[in-house]
Amino acid sequence: MTEMDFIVSENLSISPLYGLLKLTPQSGTMPDTYPGQFVQVEVPHSKTTFLRRPISICYVDEERNQLWLLIRKAGEGTASLLATRVGETLNLVMPLGNGFSCSFAGEMILIGGGVGVAPLLQLGKVLSKLGKKVRFLLGARSASDLLLLDEFKRWGEVYISTEDGSEGEKGFVTQHSILNSPIDHIACCGPQPMMKAVAAIAKSKGIDCEVSLENMMACGLGACLCCVEDTADSGHVCVCKEGPVFNINRLKW
Amino acid sequence: MVDLSVEIGKLKLKNPIMTASGTFGYGEEFADFIDLNRLGGIIVKGTTLHHREGNPYPRMAETPSGMLNAVGLQNKGVDYFIEHIYPRIKDLDTRVIVNVSGSCIDDYVAVCEKLSPLDKVAAVEINISCPNVKQGGMGFGTTCSGAESVTSAVRKAYDGTMIVKLTPNVTDITEIARAVEAAGADAVSLTNTFLGMAIDVEKRKPMLSTITGGLSGPCIRPIAVRMVWQVANAVKVPVVGLGGIASGRDAIEFLLAGATAVQIGTANFVDPQVSVKAIDDIEDYLKRHQIASVRELIGGMEV
Repeated sequence: MTEMDFIVSENLSISPLYGLLKLTPQSGTMPDTYPGQFVQVEVPHSKTTFLRRPISICYVDEERNQLWLLIRKAGEGTASLLATRVGETLNLVMPLGNGFSCSFAGEMILIGGGVGVAPLLQLGKVLSKLGKKVRFLLGARSASDLLLLDEFKRWGEVYISTEDGSEGEKGFVTQHSILNSPIDHIACCGPQPMMKAVAAIAKSKGIDCEVSLENMMACGLGACLCCVEDTADSGHVCVCKEGPVFNINRLKW
Repeated sequence: MVDLSVEIGKLKLKNPIMTASGTFGYGEEFADFIDLNRLGGIIVKGTTLHHREGNPYPRMAETPSGMLNAVGLQNKGVDYFIEHIYPRIKDLDTRVIVNVSGSCIDDYVAVCEKLSPLDKVAAVEINISCPNVKQGGMGFGTTCSGAESVTSAVRKAYDGTMIVKLTPNVTDITEIARAVEAAGADAVSLTNTFLGMAIDVEKRKPMLSTITGGLSGPCIRPIAVRMVWQVANAVKVPVVGLGGIASGRDAIEFLLAGATAVQIGTANFVDPQVSVKAIDDIEDYLKRHQIASVRELIGGMEV
């Protein structure tokens, strides 16, 4: 883990709610990361926020030495991050937590919803480069809420669910027909109700499944003990340290 | 060369900066970011006689310039600390102080008796001020008789330096401070968190599983400074100040109000290097003002 300054190289507004920050280390190269790990970003220019914002690593562009953070405007802190200007400095603590496993065998699908698609892009890239067949199932309320589709298409097959049917199959990701195909492993990140529904399907079909939790946290280092998840094997554990990615077998879902 | 060392009773610290219990784990969590040996002291996570799971999630909410927490003293108990954690941190060149909490007086005494033989535990900090547990905790710290009874019971069982950590959630904190001084405390530390709450107005639900929690961060600093000043004027034992310290400047503010040493808490979450930066800041301040020893700042506010 390290604390380092990054320069905002690009700040791409995707919609009024979402933006993509592309960050370059102020000096040197960034530390190695695993898909599913996150960073804690210091928030500049915010009148009242105090804590860092935990943000998933969306993508690492090794050629350009860039780190991508996909951000949803959820409150004052994230709004301040999305308002940063190109050339500004952001201080990051990284990399934090444990990532998705990449060593499983068989057919896999990566299921994401909303801004939760973020870590699946880097995961899909890494798995694709390992020679695995990558399938993404991405869900959103409406077509306009689908994020970074072209980027996902670079690394695998993309299946889509929208609640209003404006793109892909109409309904929730859990209703998508691709889930009827053979699946051995699921990696999932999105709103908790969606992850719980996916976990229920995985359990009923005996599919190995990992989910990435986003419990509210303060430090990100395992010190404050605020972000705990109640696990079947060890009681309260820190999501920031033992997660954010958990096999569903560990969770009391 | 300026002299940064201070003394809390018999306990010598190389500088006045310590890290507050519950905000710094056991130090190891921050070893990637700072040289732990530079710290005046590390006050480890609140330790109880038995394992505690703590309160259900959600346990935190950010508030303007601060945060609420309701962790509820999650820890693996004093035996686990002694067996597994103490051996890993005992050789640090800093003062390791164990924060002790309990749901009854016998618990406090039992934990301190277990810690007593450990020669690298430099002191205990008796927590009679946790707002997030149903039994004990702050219950002992809000009356003079409760504070006195815990302090005198621990005093009989523990020969080392005893710091008693006070809650600000009282009408007159100086009365409590006097009571623990009379009962044998070597020092007092203040403040613990302020009881607060926050509501998600869209959902009409409390932000914390426990509804109320402890407020910390820069938002409480002026109140904590005021209380440190009041207590320093009310007791003879050293006062350890904490509450929203996020820089060397803030630490100096507490020293000038009468604190002998300080603790940095919530700010560790935002900047894992804040504690050593504060030490550097204080050193610079002393040089800039041509002051030989940080001890000259203690209670040095000029009215």
